[in-house]
Amino acid sequence: MIRFENVTKRFPDGTEALKDISLVLPTHELTAIIGPSGCGKTTLMKMINKLEKPTGGTIYIDENPINGMDEVQLRRSIGYVIQRIGLFPHMTISDNVSLVPKLLEWPKDKKEARVRELLQLVGLDPETYMDRFPLELSGGQQQRVGVIRALAGDPNIVLMDEPFSALDPISREQLQDELRNLQQTINKTIVFVTHDMDEALKIADSIIVMRDGQVEQIGTPQQLVDDPANEFVRNFIGVERINQKRAFGEKRLFEFLDLFTAEWSGGAEKISADATIEKAFLQLDDSRHNYLAIVEGEQIIAYATDRDLLKAALFKEQGVSV
Amino acid sequence: MKSFLDTLVSRQDMIISAFLEHIYLSFVAVAIGIAIALPLGIIITRYRRYAEPIIGVTAVFQTIPSLALFGFLVPILGIGSPTALIALIIYALLPILRNTYAGIVGVDGSTIEAGRGMGMTRTQILRQIELPLALPFIMAGIRTATVLTVGIATLATFVGAGGLGDIIYRGLQSYNNSLVLAGALPVALLAIGFDQILKWIEKRATPKGLKT
Repeated sequence: MIRFENVTKRFPDGTEALKDISLVLPTHELTAIIGPSGCGKTTLMKMINKLEKPTGGTIYIDENPINGMDEVQLRRSIGYVIQRIGLFPHMTISDNVSLVPKLLEWPKDKKEARVRELLQLVGLDPETYMDRFPLELSGGQQQRVGVIRALAGDPNIVLMDEPFSALDPISREQLQDELRNLQQTINKTIVFVTHDMDEALKIADSIIVMRDGQVEQIGTPQQLVDDPANEFVRNFIGVERINQKRAFGEKRLFEFLDLFTAEWSGGAEKISADATIEKAFLQLDDSRHNYLAIVEGEQIIAYATDRDLLKAALFKEQGVSV
Repeated sequence: MKSFLDTLVSRQDMIISAFLEHIYLSFVAVAIGIAIALPLGIIITRYRRYAEPIIGVTAVFQTIPSLALFGFLVPILGIGSPTALIALIIYALLPILRNTYAGIVGVDGSTIEAGRGMGMTRTQILRQIELPLALPFIMAGIRTATVLTVGIATLATFVGAGGLGDIIYRGLQSYNNSLVLAGALPVALLAIGFDQILKWIEKRATPKGLKT
């Protein structure tokens, strides 16, 4: 758990980047910090690995204040993915990924095994990619490497600073999905800075909305859409999106089958494909299962989690999905 | 043409020893130039507000006509090769210093931030990121400095430091164009030769990943 206690940041010229922030980033969750540029979201995140230092207040990691920690050691224990990829162009993919293990002085075998394991985790064949250089990879591949590089030292916490913002829309969608799936496996505490509400709603367990160095609202994607705390949050989420959500009572599950999950082997609550999304939400809430099995006749045609339902609820006509 | 070849043959001992002196002067001047300018270039990237003044000073040195600089130094240091070397070093500084500085400053900030964020120390960032990425620039600076120095070293003759300038000067004084050529041609070959060798080193020094 990462906890901010009355954290402030005042720059030498007097501007206040953060005003008395107190909040908690829960363990094993992906928390998105979102807000317009200049709202302090990146500053807030960079305080966790001491790239920025607060002018007041304290930050705790698992209840240990980080003030006294050695910053180099601290950073080696926290994964970090930056906005413009930041791979080292003169190092091979293997050297890039094993950088933190090298700093931590892991033995050679362990480093290499780790590189192979991580490349496989994001679907890059180790034999093909290990000895390549970053510029020989596509943007999407590079940022996959950026993500696994942050995981190499097996940190508990991973910080991501708008990691997908420089990618084309298709790769971005793909990497968002992959990150979501990856998180199921790795279960890290991820802090994800973004200015893209679609992205935040799609990937985050909880979202922190910021403006002018202050927190406007903290909540799950659904809470934010259902109940925006104020006008600012409402506008930031987009009135359009909220209205869509309100109108989803009309829409039925079978319209969104391609957004749902195809395979699921665990228990699931059955629901007719004719049911409205609203009904599906309610039924899933009451159910002891996390999945809905959507049936047409006797046949299960898809599965849906509450995240899938949210996707469907926020689905835009133009085909840009949330 | 015939008289030129005759000159080469009849004066070959003199030409060879002048050639070797010339190599010695240029090589030592560039080596010391690197030893000063490279660390200085790195230091001023750490203290950027001093960068402009320091590069400015070396730029001012550069604007002093070379003959005048040799002249200035004689009353202070006397004649001989140390005087010539100091003048040559002063000329070699600017290209190396400026390219080292520009090369390191030009390394993409996000790359350095990534290194910092992953827990690299400043020394590790310098040695593993900044220097390898700046190396092509630094090598280009050293090449410029070397070619420059080989040329200016012909003036070493005026402070009694020898070199191929001796032969050119003698040729000029005796209106012997063949002798002038016998001095000038090796200078040109030397400059081209050094440049080619350094170009080769530069190519090899360029990190593989940057070549695509």
